[in-house]
Amino acid sequence: MTEPVTPPAPGRPPGRPPAPPLDSPLDSRHRAAGAKFTDFGGWRLPLRFGSELAEHQAVRQAAGLFDLSHMAQLEVGGPGAADGLDFALLGAPSLQAEGRAAYSMILAQDGGVIDDLIVYRLGRERFFIIANAANRAVVVEALARRLDGFDATLADVTLERALIAVQGPRALAIMRAAGLVRAADLGYYRAAEAEWEGWPVVLARTGYTGEDGFEVSCPKAAAGAIWDRLVLAGRPFGLARVGLAARDTLRLEAGMPLYGHELDRQTTPAEGGQGAFVRPKETDFVGRAALADRAVSKHLVGLIGDGRRAARAGYPVLIDGQVRGRITSGALSPTLGRPIALASINGPAPAVGTPVEVDIRGQLTPFQVTSIPFYRKPNQKDEL
Amino acid sequence: MSSTPADLFFTPDHEWVADPGGPRARVGVTAFAAEALGDVVFVSLPAVGDHVDAGGECGEIESTKSVSPLYAPVAGEVTAVNEAVLNAPELVNEEPFGAGWLFEVAPTAAADLLDAAAYAALTEAGA
Repeated sequence: MTEPVTPPAPGRPPGRPPAPPLDSPLDSRHRAAGAKFTDFGGWRLPLRFGSELAEHQAVRQAAGLFDLSHMAQLEVGGPGAADGLDFALLGAPSLQAEGRAAYSMILAQDGGVIDDLIVYRLGRERFFIIANAANRAVVVEALARRLDGFDATLADVTLERALIAVQGPRALAIMRAAGLVRAADLGYYRAAEAEWEGWPVVLARTGYTGEDGFEVSCPKAAAGAIWDRLVLAGRPFGLARVGLAARDTLRLEAGMPLYGHELDRQTTPAEGGQGAFVRPKETDFVGRAALADRAVSKHLVGLIGDGRRAARAGYPVLIDGQVRGRITSGALSPTLGRPIALASINGPAPAVGTPVEVDIRGQLTPFQVTSIPFYRKPNQKDEL
Repeated sequence: MSSTPADLFFTPDHEWVADPGGPRARVGVTAFAAEALGDVVFVSLPAVGDHVDAGGECGEIESTKSVSPLYAPVAGEVTAVNEAVLNAPELVNEEPFGAGWLFEVAPTAAADLLDAAAYAALTEAGA
Protein backbone atom coordinates (compact mmCIF):
# COMPACT_ATOMS: atom_id res chain seq x y z
CA MET A 1 0.00 0.00 0.00
CA THR A 2 2.71 2.41 -0.94
CA GLU A 3 1.79 3.63 -4.40
CA PRO A 4 -0.73 6.47 -4.48
CA VAL A 5 -2.88 5.95 -7.56
CA THR A 6 -3.91 9.60 -7.79
CA PRO A 7 -1.79 12.08 -9.74
CA PRO A 8 0.89 13.97 -7.83
CA ALA A 9 0.29 17.39 -6.29
CA PRO A 10 -1.35 19.83 -8.68
CA GLY A 11 0.10 22.99 -10.11
CA ARG A 12 2.88 21.69 -12.31
CA PRO A 13 2.24 22.57 -15.92
CA PRO A 14 3.84 20.30 -18.48
CA GLY A 15 7.30 21.36 -19.52
CA ARG A 16 8.43 22.81 -16.22
CA PRO A 17 12.20 22.75 -16.42
CA PRO A 18 13.70 20.30 -13.96
CA ALA A 19 15.31 22.44 -11.30
CA PRO A 20 15.82 21.79 -7.61
CA PRO A 21 12.85 23.16 -5.66
CA LEU A 22 13.23 26.56 -4.02
CA ASP A 23 13.02 26.88 -0.24
CA SER A 24 10.81 29.44 1.44
CA PRO A 25 12.55 32.02 3.67
CA LEU A 26 10.57 30.33 6.47
CA ASP A 27 11.86 26.84 5.67
CA SER A 28 13.88 26.37 8.86
CA ARG A 29 10.86 27.33 10.96
CA HIS A 30 8.70 24.80 9.15
CA ARG A 31 11.25 22.07 9.71
CA ALA A 32 11.45 22.97 13.39
CA ALA A 33 7.64 22.78 13.57
CA GLY A 34 7.70 19.23 12.20
CA ALA A 35 6.23 19.95 8.76
CA LYS A 36 5.93 17.27 6.12
CA PHE A 37 6.97 18.75 2.79
CA THR A 38 5.89 18.46 -0.81
CA ASP A 39 7.10 19.94 -4.08
CA PHE A 40 4.67 22.43 -5.53
CA GLY A 41 5.12 24.84 -8.39
CA GLY A 42 8.90 24.60 -8.19
CA TRP A 43 9.05 25.05 -4.42
CA ARG A 44 9.43 22.77 -1.44
CA LEU A 45 6.56 23.64 0.89
CA PRO A 46 4.80 22.28 3.95
CA LEU A 47 2.11 19.79 2.95
CA ARG A 48 0.93 19.62 6.56
CA PHE A 49 2.26 20.25 10.02
CA GLY A 50 0.19 17.63 11.85
CA SER A 51 -3.32 16.55 10.90
CA GLU A 52 -4.50 18.31 7.74
CA LEU A 53 -8.12 17.86 8.87
CA ALA A 54 -7.34 19.68 12.13
CA GLU A 55 -5.63 22.43 10.12
CA HIS A 56 -8.70 22.73 7.90
CA GLN A 57 -11.03 22.97 10.90
CA ALA A 58 -8.79 25.54 12.59
CA VAL A 59 -9.25 27.86 9.60
CA ARG A 60 -13.03 27.37 9.61
CA GLN A 61 -13.38 27.81 13.37
CA ALA A 62 -10.45 29.98 14.52
CA ALA A 63 -7.59 30.85 12.17
CA GLY A 64 -4.75 29.39 10.18
CA LEU A 65 -1.29 30.68 9.34
CA PHE A 66 0.00 30.01 5.82
CA ASP A 67 3.40 30.49 4.20
CA LEU A 68 2.67 31.52 0.61
CA SER A 69 6.14 32.72 -0.25
CA HIS A 70 6.08 30.59 -3.40
CA MET A 71 3.41 32.80 -4.97
CA ALA A 72 4.75 35.14 -7.66
CA GLN A 73 4.97 38.77 -6.51
CA LEU A 74 5.25 41.34 -9.27
CA GLU A 75 5.39 45.12 -9.26
CA VAL A 76 4.14 47.16 -12.18
CA GLY A 77 4.66 50.93 -12.12
CA GLY A 78 4.88 54.07 -14.20
CA PRO A 79 2.56 56.50 -15.97
CA GLY A 80 1.52 53.81 -18.46
CA ALA A 81 1.03 51.01 -15.89
CA ALA A 82 -2.77 51.24 -15.67
CA ASP A 83 -3.35 51.32 -19.42
CA GLY A 84 -0.71 48.66 -19.96
CA LEU A 85 -2.42 46.30 -17.51
CA ASP A 86 -5.81 47.00 -19.11
CA PHE A 87 -4.26 45.68 -22.34
CA ALA A 88 -2.42 42.78 -20.70
CA LEU A 89 -5.15 41.43 -18.43
CA LEU A 90 -8.84 40.72 -18.16
CA GLY A 91 -10.65 43.43 -16.19
CA ALA A 92 -9.81 47.08 -15.94
CA PRO A 93 -7.00 47.91 -13.53
CA SER A 94 -7.20 51.54 -14.77
CA LEU A 95 -10.68 51.79 -13.22
CA GLN A 96 -9.61 50.14 -9.98
CA ALA A 97 -9.56 52.61 -7.07
CA GLU A 98 -6.30 53.00 -5.18
CA GLY A 99 -6.22 50.55 -2.30
CA ARG A 100 -8.48 48.05 -4.06
CA ALA A 101 -7.75 44.44 -4.97
CA ALA A 102 -9.31 42.64 -7.93
CA TYR A 103 -9.27 39.04 -9.16
CA SER A 104 -8.13 38.88 -12.78
CA MET A 105 -6.66 36.59 -15.41
CA ILE A 106 -4.02 36.82 -18.10
CA LEU A 107 -5.22 35.28 -21.35
CA ALA A 108 -3.55 33.95 -24.45
CA GLN A 109 -4.57 35.32 -27.87
CA ASP A 110 -6.95 32.37 -28.27
CA GLY A 111 -8.76 33.19 -25.01
CA GLY A 112 -7.18 30.35 -23.00
CA VAL A 113 -6.08 31.19 -19.47
CA ILE A 114 -2.31 31.65 -18.94
CA ASP A 115 -2.83 32.31 -15.23
CA ASP A 116 -5.26 33.71 -12.70
CA LEU A 117 -4.00 36.41 -10.39
CA ILE A 118 -4.87 39.22 -7.99
CA VAL A 119 -4.14 42.84 -8.93
CA TYR A 120 -3.69 45.32 -6.08
CA ARG A 121 -3.65 49.02 -6.91
CA LEU A 122 -1.34 50.58 -4.35
CA GLY A 123 -1.08 54.02 -5.96
CA ARG A 124 -2.08 55.91 -9.07
CA GLU A 125 0.88 54.51 -10.94
CA ARG A 126 1.73 51.50 -8.77
CA PHE A 127 0.29 48.01 -9.01
CA PHE A 128 1.17 44.84 -7.16
CA ILE A 129 0.27 41.45 -8.65
CA ILE A 130 0.18 38.02 -7.03
CA ALA A 131 0.21 35.13 -9.50
CA ASN A 132 0.71 31.36 -9.25
CA ALA A 133 4.15 30.00 -8.47
CA ALA A 134 4.20 27.49 -11.31
CA ASN A 135 3.33 30.19 -13.85
CA ARG A 136 5.73 32.87 -12.67
CA ALA A 137 8.08 32.68 -15.64
CA VAL A 138 5.35 32.67 -18.30
CA VAL A 139 3.42 35.47 -16.61
CA VAL A 140 6.52 37.66 -16.30
CA GLU A 141 7.42 36.98 -19.91
CA ALA A 142 3.91 37.73 -21.21
CA LEU A 143 3.54 40.87 -19.09
CA ALA A 144 6.92 42.19 -20.20
CA ARG A 145 5.97 41.73 -23.83
CA ARG A 146 2.53 43.27 -23.41
CA LEU A 147 3.73 46.27 -21.40
CA ASP A 148 6.33 47.07 -24.04
CA GLY A 149 5.19 50.29 -25.71
CA PHE A 150 3.49 51.53 -22.55
CA ASP A 151 5.44 53.77 -20.21
CA ALA A 152 5.58 51.09 -17.52
CA THR A 153 8.09 49.07 -15.52
CA LEU A 154 7.80 45.45 -14.41
CA ALA A 155 9.76 43.87 -11.56
CA ASP A 156 9.59 40.28 -10.33
CA VAL A 157 10.23 40.65 -6.59
CA THR A 158 9.21 37.09 -5.64
CA LEU A 159 12.65 36.01 -4.45
CA GLU A 160 13.20 39.20 -2.44
CA ARG A 161 9.96 38.91 -0.52
CA ALA A 162 7.81 36.53 1.48
CA LEU A 163 4.04 36.18 1.61
CA ILE A 164 2.24 35.15 4.78
CA ALA A 165 -1.52 34.68 5.18
CA VAL A 166 -3.77 34.60 8.24
CA GLN A 167 -7.20 33.21 7.39
CA GLY A 168 -10.24 32.46 9.49
CA PRO A 169 -12.86 34.12 11.71
CA ARG A 170 -10.19 35.17 14.24
CA ALA A 171 -7.81 36.57 11.61
CA LEU A 172 -8.59 40.24 12.29
CA ALA A 173 -8.12 39.85 16.03
CA ILE A 174 -4.79 38.11 15.48
CA MET A 175 -3.57 40.71 12.97
CA ARG A 176 -4.41 43.44 15.52
CA ALA A 177 -2.71 41.58 18.35
CA ALA A 178 0.40 41.20 16.19
CA GLY A 179 0.43 44.93 15.44
CA LEU A 180 -0.01 44.37 11.74
CA VAL A 181 -3.44 45.96 11.48
CA ARG A 182 -4.22 49.12 13.38
CA ALA A 183 -7.33 51.04 14.34
CA ALA A 184 -8.30 52.02 10.79
CA ASP A 185 -8.89 48.51 9.56
CA LEU A 186 -8.67 47.31 6.03
CA GLY A 187 -11.96 46.37 4.33
CA TYR A 188 -12.53 43.19 2.34
CA TYR A 189 -10.56 43.12 -0.93
CA ARG A 190 -8.59 46.21 0.08
CA ALA A 191 -4.85 46.57 0.23
CA ALA A 192 -2.53 49.10 1.84
CA GLU A 193 1.13 49.71 2.35
CA ALA A 194 2.17 49.88 5.98
CA GLU A 195 5.17 49.65 8.22
CA TRP A 196 5.76 46.92 10.80
CA GLU A 197 8.74 47.31 13.15
CA GLY A 198 10.41 49.46 10.52
CA TRP A 199 9.76 46.99 7.68
CA PRO A 200 7.71 48.04 4.66
CA VAL A 201 4.83 45.61 4.19
CA VAL A 202 1.84 45.31 1.89
CA LEU A 203 -1.32 44.27 3.71
CA ALA A 204 -4.28 42.85 1.83
CA ARG A 205 -7.62 41.53 2.99
CA THR A 206 -7.72 38.71 0.48
CA GLY A 207 -7.36 34.94 0.60
CA TYR A 208 -8.07 31.53 -0.84
CA THR A 209 -10.04 29.77 1.88
CA GLY A 210 -13.57 31.17 1.85
CA GLU A 211 -12.94 32.84 5.20
CA ASP A 212 -12.13 36.38 6.20
CA GLY A 213 -8.40 36.87 6.21
CA PHE A 214 -5.27 38.77 5.37
CA GLU A 215 -2.19 38.38 3.24
CA VAL A 216 1.05 40.12 4.18
CA SER A 217 3.83 40.68 1.69
CA CYS A 218 7.12 41.60 3.35
CA PRO A 219 10.84 41.71 2.63
CA LYS A 220 12.38 38.26 2.95
CA ALA A 221 14.48 39.43 5.90
CA ALA A 222 11.35 40.35 7.88
CA ALA A 223 9.50 37.09 7.22
CA GLY A 224 10.80 35.20 10.25
CA ALA A 225 9.99 38.00 12.70
CA ILE A 226 6.48 38.47 11.31
CA TRP A 227 5.83 34.71 11.31
CA ASP A 228 7.04 34.37 14.91
CA ARG A 229 4.95 37.34 16.01
CA LEU A 230 1.84 35.90 14.40
CA VAL A 231 2.43 32.48 15.98
CA LEU A 232 2.75 34.15 19.39
CA ALA A 233 -0.15 36.57 18.93
CA GLY A 234 -2.32 33.81 17.52
CA ARG A 235 -1.81 31.33 20.33
CA PRO A 236 -4.72 32.53 22.51
CA PHE A 237 -6.96 32.56 19.43
CA GLY A 238 -6.26 28.98 18.36
CA LEU A 239 -4.14 29.89 15.32
CA ALA A 240 -2.75 26.79 13.59
CA ARG A 241 0.02 26.50 11.02
CA VAL A 242 -1.57 25.21 7.82
CA GLY A 243 0.01 23.33 4.92
CA LEU A 244 -0.92 22.91 1.27
CA ALA A 245 -3.15 19.86 1.86
CA ALA A 246 -5.65 21.86 3.90
CA ARG A 247 -5.22 24.90 1.66
CA ASP A 248 -6.51 22.75 -1.20
CA THR A 249 -9.59 21.40 0.64
CA LEU A 250 -10.37 24.91 1.94
CA ARG A 251 -10.30 26.49 -1.52
CA LEU A 252 -12.29 23.59 -2.96
CA GLU A 253 -15.08 24.00 -0.39
CA ALA A 254 -15.09 27.71 -1.25
CA GLY A 255 -15.45 26.78 -4.95
CA MET A 256 -12.28 28.62 -5.94
CA PRO A 257 -10.38 27.48 -9.04
CA LEU A 258 -6.84 26.11 -8.93
CA TYR A 259 -4.74 26.76 -11.99
CA GLY A 260 -3.86 23.51 -13.72
CA HIS A 261 -7.14 21.96 -12.57
CA GLU A 262 -10.12 24.25 -13.29
CA LEU A 263 -8.16 26.72 -15.43
CA ASP A 264 -5.55 26.12 -18.11
CA ARG A 265 -4.47 27.15 -21.59
CA GLN A 266 -7.24 25.05 -23.18
CA THR A 267 -9.95 26.71 -21.11
CA THR A 268 -11.50 30.17 -21.40
CA PRO A 269 -12.52 32.04 -18.23
CA ALA A 270 -16.19 31.19 -18.86
CA GLU A 271 -15.38 27.52 -19.45
CA GLY A 272 -13.44 27.50 -16.18
CA GLY A 273 -16.46 28.83 -14.29
CA GLN A 274 -15.08 32.36 -14.07
CA GLY A 275 -17.27 34.06 -16.67
CA ALA A 276 -18.42 36.61 -14.10
CA PHE A 277 -14.96 38.17 -14.25
CA VAL A 278 -15.21 38.82 -17.97
CA ARG A 279 -16.68 42.30 -18.19
CA PRO A 280 -16.88 44.39 -21.31
CA LYS A 281 -14.30 47.13 -21.52
CA GLU A 282 -13.77 49.89 -24.05
CA THR A 283 -10.15 49.23 -24.80
CA ASP A 284 -8.48 46.30 -26.50
CA PHE A 285 -6.90 43.49 -24.49
CA VAL A 286 -5.14 40.26 -25.34
CA GLY A 287 -7.74 37.54 -25.89
CA ARG A 288 -10.61 39.93 -26.55
CA ALA A 289 -11.38 38.82 -30.11
CA ALA A 290 -11.22 35.16 -29.18
CA LEU A 291 -13.58 35.58 -26.24
CA ALA A 292 -16.07 37.28 -28.54
CA ASP A 293 -15.85 34.60 -31.24
CA ARG A 294 -15.10 31.36 -29.45
CA ALA A 295 -18.08 29.21 -28.45
CA VAL A 296 -18.25 28.05 -24.85
CA SER A 297 -17.65 24.33 -25.31
CA LYS A 298 -17.64 23.14 -21.69
CA HIS A 299 -18.84 24.21 -18.25
CA LEU A 300 -17.55 23.91 -14.74
CA VAL A 301 -20.07 22.44 -12.31
CA GLY A 302 -20.12 21.50 -8.66
CA LEU A 303 -20.88 17.90 -7.67
CA ILE A 304 -21.84 16.47 -4.31
CA GLY A 305 -22.19 12.83 -3.33
CA ASP A 306 -23.06 10.63 -0.38
CA GLY A 307 -20.78 8.30 1.49
CA ARG A 308 -17.10 9.05 1.93
CA ARG A 309 -15.39 8.11 -1.33
CA ALA A 310 -13.83 11.12 -3.02
CA ALA A 311 -14.18 11.74 -6.77
CA ARG A 312 -10.66 12.77 -7.65
CA ALA A 313 -9.14 14.81 -10.46
CA GLY A 314 -9.30 13.03 -13.80
CA TYR A 315 -12.15 10.63 -13.00
CA PRO A 316 -14.82 10.41 -15.77
CA VAL A 317 -18.25 11.94 -15.15
CA LEU A 318 -21.29 10.28 -16.77
CA ILE A 319 -24.74 11.71 -17.44
CA ASP A 320 -27.42 9.29 -18.65
CA GLY A 321 -24.75 6.65 -18.97
CA GLN A 322 -22.54 8.68 -21.31
CA VAL A 323 -19.15 10.12 -20.38
CA ARG A 324 -19.66 13.88 -20.48
CA GLY A 325 -16.59 15.21 -18.74
CA ARG A 326 -14.03 14.83 -16.00
CA ILE A 327 -13.46 15.76 -12.38
CA THR A 328 -11.04 18.69 -12.12
CA SER A 329 -10.71 18.68 -8.30
CA GLY A 330 -12.37 16.55 -5.67
CA ALA A 331 -12.10 15.58 -2.03
CA LEU A 332 -14.08 14.47 0.96
CA SER A 333 -15.21 17.85 2.31
CA PRO A 334 -13.97 18.09 5.89
CA THR A 335 -16.70 20.63 6.73
CA LEU A 336 -19.63 18.84 5.07
CA GLY A 337 -18.45 15.27 5.66
CA ARG A 338 -19.49 14.42 2.09
CA PRO A 339 -17.53 14.13 -1.15
CA ILE A 340 -17.48 17.32 -3.22
CA ALA A 341 -15.94 17.96 -6.61
CA LEU A 342 -15.60 20.42 -9.43
CA ALA A 343 -16.09 18.90 -12.87
CA SER A 344 -15.70 20.11 -16.41
CA ILE A 345 -18.69 18.99 -18.49
CA ASN A 346 -18.65 19.14 -22.29
CA GLY A 347 -21.57 20.77 -24.09
CA PRO A 348 -24.48 22.45 -22.33
CA ALA A 349 -24.32 22.87 -18.57
CA PRO A 350 -26.42 20.37 -16.60
CA ALA A 351 -28.90 22.01 -14.21
CA VAL A 352 -28.46 21.97 -10.45
CA GLY A 353 -29.99 18.75 -9.17
CA THR A 354 -29.07 16.69 -12.25
CA PRO A 355 -28.00 13.19 -11.20
CA VAL A 356 -24.61 12.11 -12.54
CA GLU A 357 -22.25 9.21 -11.97
CA VAL A 358 -18.53 9.39 -11.34
CA ASP A 359 -16.35 6.47 -12.37
CA ILE A 360 -14.35 6.02 -9.17
CA ARG A 361 -11.71 3.47 -10.17
CA GLY A 362 -14.21 1.35 -12.06
CA GLN A 363 -17.17 1.84 -9.74
CA LEU A 364 -19.97 4.12 -10.96
CA THR A 365 -20.85 6.26 -7.96
CA PRO A 366 -23.88 8.58 -7.81
CA PHE A 367 -23.34 12.32 -7.40
CA GLN A 368 -25.55 15.27 -8.20
CA VAL A 369 -24.95 18.69 -9.66
CA THR A 370 -24.98 21.36 -6.98
CA SER A 371 -24.29 25.07 -6.79
CA ILE A 372 -20.84 26.52 -6.15
CA PRO A 373 -19.54 27.35 -3.54
CA PHE A 374 -20.04 24.24 -1.45
CA TYR A 375 -19.36 26.21 1.71
CA ARG A 376 -20.20 29.80 2.63
CA LYS A 377 -18.86 31.35 5.78
CA PRO A 378 -21.40 32.46 8.38
CA ASN A 379 -21.83 36.23 8.72
CA GLN A 380 -19.21 37.72 10.92
CA LYS A 381 -19.73 40.71 13.12
CA ASP A 382 -16.18 41.98 12.96
CA GLU A 383 -16.02 42.01 9.18
CA LEU A 384 -15.75 45.49 7.75
CA MET B 1 8.50 5.80 12.96
CA SER B 2 10.58 4.81 15.89
CA SER B 3 8.24 2.28 17.51
CA THR B 4 7.94 -0.98 15.61
CA PRO B 5 6.25 -3.59 17.82
CA ALA B 6 8.66 -6.49 18.13
CA ASP B 7 5.96 -9.19 18.10
CA LEU B 8 4.51 -8.27 14.68
CA PHE B 9 5.52 -9.22 11.14
CA PHE B 10 5.61 -6.84 8.18
CA THR B 11 5.45 -6.44 4.42
CA PRO B 12 7.52 -4.04 2.31
CA ASP B 13 4.13 -2.41 1.52
CA HIS B 14 3.96 -1.20 5.13
CA GLU B 15 1.35 -3.59 6.42
CA TRP B 16 1.67 -5.54 9.64
CA VAL B 17 0.47 -9.04 10.53
CA ALA B 18 -0.02 -10.38 14.04
CA ASP B 19 0.37 -14.12 14.55
CA PRO B 20 0.69 -15.11 10.85
CA GLY B 21 0.98 -18.78 11.82
CA GLY B 22 -2.16 -18.80 13.96
CA PRO B 23 -5.81 -19.31 12.99
CA ARG B 24 -6.62 -15.59 13.02
CA ALA B 25 -3.84 -13.47 11.56
CA ARG B 26 -4.72 -9.83 12.18
CA VAL B 27 -3.69 -7.26 9.55
CA GLY B 28 -3.20 -3.50 9.67
CA VAL B 29 -1.02 -0.74 8.28
CA THR B 30 2.07 0.46 10.10
CA ALA B 31 2.52 3.78 11.89
CA PHE B 32 5.04 4.65 9.17
CA ALA B 33 2.34 4.19 6.52
CA ALA B 34 -0.29 6.05 8.53
CA GLU B 35 2.07 9.00 8.94
CA ALA B 36 2.94 9.01 5.25
CA LEU B 37 -0.72 8.84 4.19
CA GLY B 38 -1.92 11.73 6.32
CA ASP B 39 -5.46 11.77 7.66
CA VAL B 40 -7.25 8.60 6.58
CA VAL B 41 -10.83 9.45 5.57
CA PHE B 42 -12.10 6.22 3.99
CA VAL B 43 -11.24 2.55 4.20
CA SER B 44 -12.64 -0.22 2.04
CA LEU B 45 -12.04 -3.77 3.26
CA PRO B 46 -12.73 -7.31 2.03
CA ALA B 47 -15.89 -8.98 3.38
CA VAL B 48 -15.94 -11.79 5.92
CA GLY B 49 -15.81 -15.06 3.94
CA ASP B 50 -13.83 -13.59 1.04
CA HIS B 51 -10.77 -15.50 -0.04
CA VAL B 52 -7.67 -13.33 -0.38
CA ASP B 53 -4.39 -14.17 -2.09
CA ALA B 54 -1.03 -13.23 -0.62
CA GLY B 55 0.03 -10.03 -2.36
CA GLY B 56 -3.43 -9.62 -3.94
CA GLU B 57 -5.28 -6.34 -3.79
CA CYS B 58 -8.15 -6.59 -1.32
CA GLY B 59 -9.18 -3.06 -0.40
CA GLU B 60 -8.34 0.62 -0.43
CA ILE B 61 -7.25 3.23 1.98
CA GLU B 62 -7.95 6.89 1.16
CA SER B 63 -6.45 9.94 2.78
CA THR B 64 -7.38 13.50 1.90
CA LYS B 65 -4.73 13.56 -0.82
CA SER B 66 -4.28 9.99 -2.02
CA VAL B 67 -5.76 6.54 -2.60
CA SER B 68 -3.65 3.47 -1.92
CA PRO B 69 -4.49 -0.17 -2.54
CA LEU B 70 -4.47 -2.61 0.36
CA TYR B 71 -2.77 -5.94 -0.26
CA ALA B 72 -3.41 -9.12 1.62
CA PRO B 73 -0.13 -10.07 3.29
CA VAL B 74 -1.23 -13.69 3.72
CA ALA B 75 -3.55 -16.00 1.75
CA GLY B 76 -6.73 -17.36 3.28
CA GLU B 77 -10.31 -16.69 4.21
CA VAL B 78 -11.25 -13.38 5.82
CA THR B 79 -12.67 -14.21 9.24
CA ALA B 80 -13.27 -10.70 10.61
CA VAL B 81 -13.19 -7.05 9.55
CA ASN B 82 -12.86 -4.10 11.88
CA GLU B 83 -16.28 -2.41 11.70
CA ALA B 84 -15.02 0.36 13.97
CA VAL B 85 -12.44 1.48 11.45
CA LEU B 86 -15.03 1.58 8.65
CA ASN B 87 -17.02 4.09 10.70
CA ALA B 88 -14.02 5.94 12.13
CA PRO B 89 -11.14 5.72 9.64
CA GLU B 90 -9.12 8.11 11.81
CA LEU B 91 -8.40 5.09 14.04
CA VAL B 92 -5.78 4.14 11.44
CA ASN B 93 -3.88 7.34 12.28
CA GLU B 94 -4.56 7.25 15.99
CA GLU B 95 -3.76 3.60 16.74
CA PRO B 96 -2.36 1.90 13.65
CA PHE B 97 -1.10 -1.11 15.65
CA GLY B 98 -4.15 -1.27 17.93
CA ALA B 99 -7.75 -0.15 17.45
CA GLY B 100 -6.94 0.79 13.86
CA TRP B 101 -6.45 -2.86 12.73
CA LEU B 102 -8.19 -3.70 9.46
CA PHE B 103 -9.11 -7.39 9.03
CA GLU B 104 -8.26 -10.95 10.07
CA VAL B 105 -7.41 -13.93 7.88
CA ALA B 106 -7.26 -17.67 8.54
CA PRO B 107 -3.99 -18.32 6.68
CA THR B 108 -3.81 -21.28 4.33
CA ALA B 109 -0.09 -21.02 3.62
CA ALA B 110 3.03 -19.62 5.20
CA ALA B 111 3.82 -16.10 4.04
CA ASP B 112 7.06 -14.38 3.28
CA LEU B 113 7.18 -11.58 5.87
CA LEU B 114 9.75 -9.31 7.49
CA ASP B 115 10.44 -9.34 11.19
CA ALA B 116 10.44 -6.10 13.18
CA ALA B 117 14.18 -5.54 12.85
CA ALA B 118 14.13 -6.04 9.09
CA TYR B 119 11.12 -3.73 8.72
CA ALA B 120 12.70 -1.06 10.91
CA ALA B 121 15.81 -1.23 8.73
CA LEU B 122 13.64 -0.83 5.64
CA THR B 123 11.87 2.29 6.91
CA GLU B 124 15.09 3.81 8.19
CA ALA B 125 16.53 3.35 4.72
CA GLY B 126 13.75 5.68 3.58
CA ALA B 127 11.35 3.24 1.91
